[in-house]
Amino acid sequence: MIGVELLKLVRRPRTWIMILLLDALPTLVAILLAVTDIGPRPGAGPAFLSAVLANGRLFPAAALAIVLPLFLPVSVAVMAGDSIAGEAQAGTLRYLLIRPVGRTRLLVAKLVTVLVFVLLAVVVVTVTAYFVGTHLFGNEPIGVTTVSGTVLTPRQAVLRTVLAMLFVALSMLGVAAVALFLSTVTDSPLAAALGALAFLVTSTLLLTLDAAQSLRPYLPTRYWLSFVDVFRQPILWRDLVRGVALQAVYMVVLLGAAWANFATKDVKS
Amino acid sequence: MITTRALTKRYGQVTAVDGVDLEVRAGDVYGFLGPNGSGKTTTVRMLLGLVLPTSGRIEVLGQRVPRHAGRVLGRVGAMVEAPAAYGHLSGRANLALLDAAGPGGARRTRRRRIETALEQVGLDGVDRRPVKAYSLGMRQRLGLAAAVLRQPELLVLDEPTNGLDPQGIHEIRDLLLALNAAGTTIFLSSHLLAEVELMCDRVGVLDRGRLVLQDNLAALRTPTGQVVLHTPDADRAVALLDGQVGERAGDRLVVRSGDPAELNAMLVGAGIRVRELAAERRSLEQVVLAATTAGSDRVDRRPGPRPVTTPSTMDGPATGAAGEPVDDPLTGAGGEPVDNPANGVGGEPVDGRAGEPAEREEAAG
Repeated sequence: MIGVELLKLVRRPRTWIMILLLDALPTLVAILLAVTDIGPRPGAGPAFLSAVLANGRLFPAAALAIVLPLFLPVSVAVMAGDSIAGEAQAGTLRYLLIRPVGRTRLLVAKLVTVLVFVLLAVVVVTVTAYFVGTHLFGNEPIGVTTVSGTVLTPRQAVLRTVLAMLFVALSMLGVAAVALFLSTVTDSPLAAALGALAFLVTSTLLLTLDAAQSLRPYLPTRYWLSFVDVFRQPILWRDLVRGVALQAVYMVVLLGAAWANFATKDVKS
Repeated sequence: MITTRALTKRYGQVTAVDGVDLEVRAGDVYGFLGPNGSGKTTTVRMLLGLVLPTSGRIEVLGQRVPRHAGRVLGRVGAMVEAPAAYGHLSGRANLALLDAAGPGGARRTRRRRIETALEQVGLDGVDRRPVKAYSLGMRQRLGLAAAVLRQPELLVLDEPTNGLDPQGIHEIRDLLLALNAAGTTIFLSSHLLAEVELMCDRVGVLDRGRLVLQDNLAALRTPTGQVVLHTPDADRAVALLDGQVGERAGDRLVVRSGDPAELNAMLVGAGIRVRELAAERRSLEQVVLAATTAGSDRVDRRPGPRPVTTPSTMDGPATGAAGEPVDDPLTGAGGEPVDNPANGVGGEPVDGRAGEPAEREEAAG
């Protein structure tokens, strides 16, 4: 079943259009930077961007920072929101279930598909950013300067970028779980995706609110930008670990709710 | 093949299916009839484990559903309401995905089975165009192909000929009868009575969620004890059969007589010319109309005087107004189960016309 879902993922034009769009934004930023040669002031704008003009090898990390706050979660919400509700709306859900595909299996397959999509998107964005960055900006073969000021060997730089990619992908688990849960509740993929986005916007808003201080450690977007810590020397693990753990909690709770709802639901679509 | 006992489904206050005892035997072509909103679709969905019953039990192919649905459904082919497929993929790709999604159906034989199924439903010449470019009739055929893909022992079909032209209906009927002759039991939910009359040997009739009738079609259509006679000598016939003639319209007489052969002999013996003479049988339509009420898509204003609910001990204008029953026309028709309105449309015969022009194109190609 997972194989079938993955096949459906890669054969769907929408998947590639979304990844293309995800890719377009950092590329546009890179072109603008390269043409104008005006970088953001250090400390302003997305992380790493001010350092990119000097060293293009940092651009993958900058690209991740560009898509992370909005584009990536939006595409995840759309994909995960569509997973069950989209099948229901198209009428194919009932034919899958009487094929028969177990409801739990279907849910797991859909989740795995969303995760594969996120990984795919992150990999494509990073790889493209690497080529764009090294071609448009200065390419210092010596190594990458970390946020802490030390220099990484090329091998270390690759490892850390992979680590950052994994962390960014895992950060999307919470959104994916919310959208997947909503997708089992409604038969409208749009409603599920928008619901997940509303959840996300709420979280982002509350993060900026001092009155919501006590809620802060539990907000799903709290540790998103902690992937910057991967590029410190030594790596600052604390927030990275907390971020992944928080996403895992969201995942377990919401997936449990999705399962409880879907497994006993009357499929009337 | 299918047995249900006291099968009941309630949606809140509404009882959609109420104590239904279905009995479908191996080898049957079972016609499942009833007006719109009588609970046919809900029942079919419960048989397939899509909707969970409120109470009662279901056995399909000797196994409990929904508990063992995973074990049983692989041997059942089904089409529930409208067919559905992924619009951006071709018909073949859709069948392949569906086949790969569940158990049973070896990968090795997949391609061959898909071709066989497409051939059976008359789509074997279809090209690689995506399903969204298919006409309504082609989608219907594709849905049928998906149902027969794994040579199921039981076929559960909901309006299988919806959207097909007379030629297509005839083809599908032949296909289903051939499958039945080869041993497939067919459960056919429909409100096209003529279709059911031509195919089925047993019928069950649902009305407002209750099974009001379940019998062999032949038993339902036994002669009524009347003979319909056409004769150019109507006046003489009436004189001869004095007292036996029930009604007369021109040269058509309805005669009470248990034995058409004897009646014929008597008429001919008296020199009365007989043009046509046949024992009268009730049509399935008459049987069903007698057993059922109007469908839930007919919404009448609630008839009769409003019941007065104000208690006599508490009089006064305020309570009188509050006690007024709400005369909502929707709920008025409505002690009746109403299927999901979006689904209800699919069951309407009206929408069968949409894909007609494209259909001809398919026949040409």
